This record gives sequence, structure tokens and C-alpha cells, in this order.
Amino acid sequence: MDNTTRYERLRERYLNGDLDRRSFLGLIGAAGLAYGVQTPFNKMALAAVSQVRFDGWGGVVSEAFREYAFGPYTKATGIEVVDGTFGGGDEYLSRVKASQNGEYNIAHLSGVFDYARYHNLGLSSVLNEDNIPNLKYVIPKLSDVFRKVTDGKLSCVPYDYGTTGLAYNRKHVSDEEMKEKGAKILIDEKLKGKIGGWSDWRTRIWMGALQTGQDPNAIKDMDAVWDAVRKHRDLALKYWTSGAELMSLLAEEEIYVTEGWSGRIYALQEQGHDIGYMDPPNGFGWQECLFVIKGSPMEACEELLNFMLDPATSIAVAEGQNYPPALDPQKVDLGKKIPTLPAFDPTGTLSGLTFADPGYWNGNEAEWSKTFGRVQKGY
Amino acid sequence: MSVEAREARQPWILLSPALTAVALLLFVPLLFIVVYSFWLRTATGADQVGFFLDNWREALSDAFYRDILLYTLKIGVITTVVCALMGYPAAYFIARSKGNKAILLLLLMLPFWISYIIRTMSWINILGVSGALNSVLIALGIIDEPIQMLYNQATVVLGLVHFLLPFMVLNVYVSLEGIDVSLEDAACSLGATRWSTFLEVTLPLSLPGLAAGGLLCFVLGSGTYITPLVLGGPTDAMFANLVYEAIITQLDWPLGSALSLMLLAVLGALVLIYNKYLGMAQLMKGLG
Repeated sequence: MDNTTRYERLRERYLNGDLDRRSFLGLIGAAGLAYGVQTPFNKMALAAVSQVRFDGWGGVVSEAFREYAFGPYTKATGIEVVDGTFGGGDEYLSRVKASQNGEYNIAHLSGVFDYARYHNLGLSSVLNEDNIPNLKYVIPKLSDVFRKVTDGKLSCVPYDYGTTGLAYNRKHVSDEEMKEKGAKILIDEKLKGKIGGWSDWRTRIWMGALQTGQDPNAIKDMDAVWDAVRKHRDLALKYWTSGAELMSLLAEEEIYVTEGWSGRIYALQEQGHDIGYMDPPNGFGWQECLFVIKGSPMEACEELLNFMLDPATSIAVAEGQNYPPALDPQKVDLGKKIPTLPAFDPTGTLSGLTFADPGYWNGNEAEWSKTFGRVQKGY
Repeated sequence: MSVEAREARQPWILLSPALTAVALLLFVPLLFIVVYSFWLRTATGADQVGFFLDNWREALSDAFYRDILLYTLKIGVITTVVCALMGYPAAYFIARSKGNKAILLLLLMLPFWISYIIRTMSWINILGVSGALNSVLIALGIIDEPIQMLYNQATVVLGLVHFLLPFMVLNVYVSLEGIDVSLEDAACSLGATRWSTFLEVTLPLSLPGLAAGGLLCFVLGSGTYITPLVLGGPTDAMFANLVYEAIITQLDWPLGSALSLMLLAVLGALVLIYNKYLGMAQLMKGLG
């Protein structure tokens, strides 16, 4: 929480009659004293930070960040934001692992799973939430899952959410067929050679669980899941590795069905392609966060996070990338476009989405990712 | 210091910047990789420092890695043979053409001005379901429905040939350029046909260039991971893809290091065999 907000709240309590005049003036005086003592050192500390590095997915997201967050932040603090990009979370983690302490600061990460991985690798930090007043607008459920991983503290702020659902070309697969078959459409022999799939082991296993009627967060029969993954592999034309490739395969009609990221499919629909999208029961819900890496200048990062969580910035980024922001629609007016985005929950409870249980998936990561590497190649 | 001693030191002084760069940028990182290969990946993805042989045991004994390595070498051989069959006539044509050699060589070098990834991805626009080739065939009435041409072993080889062909042509060209044309004239004047002159004189004399081109194509082709990733189907992964997955996806740097050293050892052994029988001089000519 910044000082301005503190004074505003204090004044509000005083005007509401919750605080007597003597207490109000006393608190103001104490705050002034604290400010007078702390400010010169605080300024010295901030002056030592000349830049903060942010890494994200690039494209329209970075453009929105530059316009709405980085520019105003630099103007307000004098701290430059170095804007980097990465192609995928795994690749970025390798870069961070190979880096010096403090070289990378804030990253736009996917999923609670990655958050837990960073934490397990000793890369998590502890945010001072008082320095991020805009955190109050965030859907509580999104923060809670992160807190569970890091003992009630936060190393990140939730930023957006979406789903990995089923995308299908309506010229070849009807809405009714999709409702009937759900995730099993991805192992439908009728569509052999026209099926795609993300080369991500988590997604493949998640879909395998759905295809075998199991709870993705509590799989009982793993052999059946691997069989489903193998069947999908044998019927698939291609494992795609990026959102751009996913869109190209669907738009060019190389494939008719695949799982896909809700925002990317929405972008295809916006371009006029007749691509349907559905989240099957227990569909893969995920969220993205702005994660502060250990060794970063915390105050400078927290202030930048606050700029990035500002509703104007969050909404602009969300509209650019077609994923709903982490802002609670019960607290913030999200405008006209966001309520039309796939996976958007107007209640702010996200009760309809199933997120990966980080403990369960991390516990199996080493074995499953390796096994998938083999299954993927025909074993 | 005597003149001899000074002269003996001069090459080393001149070489020292390059040797320092090679040592720092190649041998030191390689040493790190060797050290890493004996560490272990823990369940959280962190590395356990120590001296463990587990990665090497797995890399050397697991049939999975052996099979993918053999598949990789097979793709490397097929690519090299196709490059040789396509590259030799092209190199011969350039070497024996009169007047327009510079333009032909420039055309040969043109693809290098475009990124390898972009060149690889260009095949998607050519061979895709709505790509150029299918569109032309449909427009000409030869087919009614687009043919599925992408994402298989053939397109992987095609992508690799596209990438490697200039290396083969350049090496063979350099070799052909070095042949004294009067030898071919002499063979003809002694009654040999043009074909037998080619078989008995030109081809044997150009074999070192062909071998150098073959070695380059094989080593570069066997070490690639972009082409199978972009143009391959679900089961067309090559050995370098395993290294990529181990290091990037699975965050298993120790196993990835062992696998990359294994590939390096296999390809390095081939280079050593080549060097023993043909020498590196020919390869340098082709590269230079």
C-alpha cells in the first residue's frame, strides 16, 4: 500500500466518524515523522536501482505493457524497464537457471505449476503486499492457490486466466458432435491425420485423463492414460509447439481438431475463421502471473507490479491477448470486450474452472515428462 | 633472443587471440558440459552436485536413446546421399560453365542470406494443404482434394536437403575447380568417351570434395533439431531433439549434457575417421 492510499483511508475513517480528531492528527503526525526519517534512505535505496527487467510473451501484450505500465512507471520513478521476451516457460526457466542472481526480475509466467517449480528451485521472493495496493482488485481465488505454495506469502501477482479447451473446425466437426464426444474427439479414428495436439506433457496427460473418464488431479489408472496418449499420437498429424503454430494449423485446415488456448482460438474467431471452442467438463483451467524472481530489487518491482495491475493496464493487456484479467468483475468494470472472451467468469469465483493441483503435478513431473518424451516418439 | 626463437614464437603470438577465443568459447563450455553430465537432477529440478554415473549409464544402455541415435544417423545418411546426387551435377555445371560462374555462385549463396528457420518454415507455405503446390494441382484439375504432404520423414529430409545442399555444391565445386582440365582433354585424346573420362578421371579426382561435402552435410544434418520440429510428424524426432527436451522441457541438464556429449562423440568419431583417410585440408578448402 502506498502512502497516499494510507492517508486517504485515514481521512475517510476520520470523515466517517470512525476516528476521533485527536487520533487522526496523532496518526498523521506519526506518519509524517516516519516519512521524514525513512524518506531520505528510501530515496537513496531507490536511486541505486536504475532498471528492472521484465520478460513476457511479446507481441500485443508487451505493447500494452509499454504503453500503459512501463512508460508511466519510468516517468514516476526514473527506473527504466528492460523489456525482454521468451518463447516458452520451460525455455525461460533454463535461462533463469543459467543467469546471475538479480539478472532477471519479473516474468509473466504460466500456471501455478510454474510458480511451484520456481519456488522449489529456490527462485521465489516474498512480496510486500502493502506496496501493491492494486492487488485488492484481484480475484481472491487466484491469489489463494499461489499462497498455498509459498506458505501464505506471495512471490507473484495473478494477472490473467484462461483455459486449454477443445478447438474444432465447424466445417468438418459439428457442435453437437463435440458435445457428445468431448475430449474423446482427439482420439477419434475418423479424424486420423487431421488431429493436432500441444507437445506439452501436462496437457497430453490431462487430455488422456479426460479421455479415460478420470479426474486429471487424481489419476488412478495411468496405463490407460498413456494408452490414450499413444492413440492420440498415432492419429495426430502434428504436435504443435507454439500459439502461432496452433493458429496456422487450424487456419490452414491442416488439422480439424486439437486442444487450444482460449485466447488464441478467440483470435482466430475474430479473424473470421469458423473455429468452435468448448471447455469439456474438467477442462484445463490455468492462470498467468507476474512473478518476481529472487534477488530482484523488491520495492522497485512491487511498484512496477502495481502499475501493471492498474485496471487500465490490465484491461488493455487482456483485450490485446484475449485472456480475461485477474481483476474481480465484482470490483472493477471490465468494459465491453472482456465479458465476451472465452473462459470469462462474471461472478469472479472461477468455480467452473479446474486448475492443475501443483503438488500433484509437480510430484509426478520428473517421471511423467520423461515418459511422455518417449511416448511422443513412438514408444 | 635469437632470430630462430623469435620466428618460432611469431605464429603463436599471431594465433593467440584465436586460440584464446576457442579455449574460452568452446573448450571451457565443453568442460562445463562434461562436469554437468556427472551431476544428477533432483525431483524438484535442481541439480545435485557430485560424481554420478547414472546419466551415462542411462544414455548408453537405454534402447530408446540408441534407437533414436540410429534413426538420426539414418536420416543423416539419406540426406547426405540426396545432397550428393543433387549437388554434384550442379557443382559440375558451375565449374564447367564459362562466363557466368560468379552469378551462379552468388545464386548458390543467396539462401544463406535468409534465416535457416525461415527457409525451413517456407515449406509449410509450399507443401501445406492450402499451400502453393496443392493450389496449383487443384487449379490444374490434377487433384480434387489437397494431398497431405507435410509432417513426415520425407519432409524432414527435404528440409535438411534444402539447408545443406549449398554446402555440398560448394565443396564439390572447389574440388572440380582444382582439376586440371587438360587431364580430361588428354583422356579424350587417348580415345576415352566423355562418360568414361568423367568416370575414370574427373570423378576420382573430385572425390575428396565430395567426401568433404558429405561429411559436412552428415554432421550438420545429424545435429539439427529445428527441421524435425518444424517439418516432422509426431514420431520424427532426432537425437538433438532429445537433448533439447532434456535440457529445456525436463530441466534435466545433467542427462542433456550426457546425451549431447554422446552425439558429439559419435559425430566426432566420424570426423576423425575422415581426417585419417582424407585429411582436413579438403574440408578447409570447401569452407574457405
